[in-house]
Amino acid sequence: MALDVRLSADHPGGFVLLRLLRLVLVLLAVAIIAFALLKASPIDPVDAYLGADIARVGPDQRAAIAERWGLDQPAPVQFTRWLSQLLSGDPGFSRLYNAPVAEVIAERAGASFLLMALAWALSGVVGFGLGILAGARENSLVDRIIRTYAYGLAGTPTFWIAMVMLMVFSVGLGVTPVCCAGPIGVPPADVTLLERLHHLVLPLIALTLLGVAQITLHTRAKMVEIMSSEIALYARAQGASRADIALRHGARNAALPAITMLFASLGELFGGAVLAEQVFAYPGLGQATIAAGLGGDVPLLLAITLVAAALVSVGNAIADLLYRLVDPRMRRGPHEVLQ
Amino acid sequence: MSAIPAIAAAPIGRRVSTLRTAAAAALVVLAIPAIALLSGRAGIAPDFAARLLPPALAHPFGTDPLGRDMLFRTIKGLALSLQVGLVASLLSVLIATALALLGATSRWADEVVGFLVETVMGLPHIVLLILIAFALGGGTGAVIVAVAVTHWPRLTRILRAEILQLRSADYVRISRRFGKSWFWIGRRHMLPHLLPQMLVGLLLLFPHAILHEAALSFLGFGIEPARPAIGILLNEAMGYLLAGRWWLGLFPGLCLVGLVLCFDAIGNGARAMLDPRASED
Repeated sequence: MALDVRLSADHPGGFVLLRLLRLVLVLLAVAIIAFALLKASPIDPVDAYLGADIARVGPDQRAAIAERWGLDQPAPVQFTRWLSQLLSGDPGFSRLYNAPVAEVIAERAGASFLLMALAWALSGVVGFGLGILAGARENSLVDRIIRTYAYGLAGTPTFWIAMVMLMVFSVGLGVTPVCCAGPIGVPPADVTLLERLHHLVLPLIALTLLGVAQITLHTRAKMVEIMSSEIALYARAQGASRADIALRHGARNAALPAITMLFASLGELFGGAVLAEQVFAYPGLGQATIAAGLGGDVPLLLAITLVAAALVSVGNAIADLLYRLVDPRMRRGPHEVLQ
Repeated sequence: MSAIPAIAAAPIGRRVSTLRTAAAAALVVLAIPAIALLSGRAGIAPDFAARLLPPALAHPFGTDPLGRDMLFRTIKGLALSLQVGLVASLLSVLIATALALLGATSRWADEVVGFLVETVMGLPHIVLLILIAFALGGGTGAVIVAVAVTHWPRLTRILRAEILQLRSADYVRISRRFGKSWFWIGRRHMLPHLLPQMLVGLLLLFPHAILHEAALSFLGFGIEPARPAIGILLNEAMGYLLAGRWWLGLFPGLCLVGLVLCFDAIGNGARAMLDPRASED
């Protein structure tokens, strides 16, 4: 019977189940931490809501607003109310965009996820390819060029790359648009596919460059390890060419770790998207995060935090599962491995 | 997952060349605060006769909209980044060490620490940074706390693994049999092993801290706009980008990348010296 499966990390099904449970707990902890942090802010939500009208509102009215929003309740009560609202599918109302939070997120997630998914796939393919190329022949000229390139890239802040690209391609050469996801003045529904892609190019390249460096360095290290292994030596003795070994032994063995790493790097991808979207004024989740943070839009900021945490935590969980697949030693659990 | 990824790990060269690079990088890093201190009000005092000048001999990095020299503003910004980075990484290492030690006390505590690590790693850094800066109302102090609180998880994992290994080492077991207290063992046997890890961790955290500080200030959550931080300079440059004032954005960013690479060189040099496992490189 299915119920008889012991909840043990040694059993594959048990491990997945435990991992899912942890995922839910992590998300709950994120919700609590985010809520507590935003509650601790010195920015008063009623003041932020009133803005310039603050002088025309008496203490009675303020109290009425606070009561209507439930701000007169203690923080734990506010939290449970917010959480139950959230679980029933209503994350609240965004003051900044004057629309329900769910709508704002749904609208922007599309633009963001398109950008992130393309950058993710592209950086995976390019990074893996470069890593294979560099690692196939250690210390060759190609290896040195790719290595230097990846090291330099890894130390470069995303937002600065984005700025430089904006300076070169949009301002200097004038071949790409300077902002947004479509031409200025055209409603989003009327933007053609070509225009969309044209506006996506620069943010996409900026975000891809960020991911490429890590995957390249990681794959390269793995390749170097395989190419100097006895498997490679034996194949070489049998007359296989270096390219043959690199593709048949190297690339195959390096693929799964690279994919694992891609899943574990979703947090950096999201962080990069926040910065790239800000520089290119691309209307995605990242830009909304910053607007919500600077404008004190608490419900929106909370909801985006949870979306980001869900994305990253699921990525981490998948990476964990893949690690176990790749490395049988992991299956014994972390405690046994260390001793 | 065994090491904090160096933002740009050591060019796999020989130990000597790694150390030589590290020494050169250390000199550059030490020169920055020295120049920032000695340059007085250069880069702070406005000069309205010299507004928005492109790079020339008198102003190698050009001047900003208030006529301030961008070279000295950049150097002062780097010095500020160094200060924030130093305090934040120190705090981060302290948090990591405390939690790793706490985790070693019992299986239960280990689970709690592991869960904390996972929770912090489950949020994109930038989102957590924004949340903390928001909670503290922004400013330099908020940036330091935010960067410190987001960067400990990886080092905690490394130190935890190290402590677990040490605890089952033969000499620790023998010490234990001889009746030494855990405190004595911790001080005499464990700390000498942990210190190099902590130092290397500190140096490798530094560039991450500096980059995140710059990002946070760039986005408007960090350091007060009146102070010349690199993130602030780049944020200001955004407004003049479309007008073609490329030097405002190019040079500060380039210098930031240079500083990050310097720290990586230093961190790798320290690892080559301190970590016995790296000695074969």
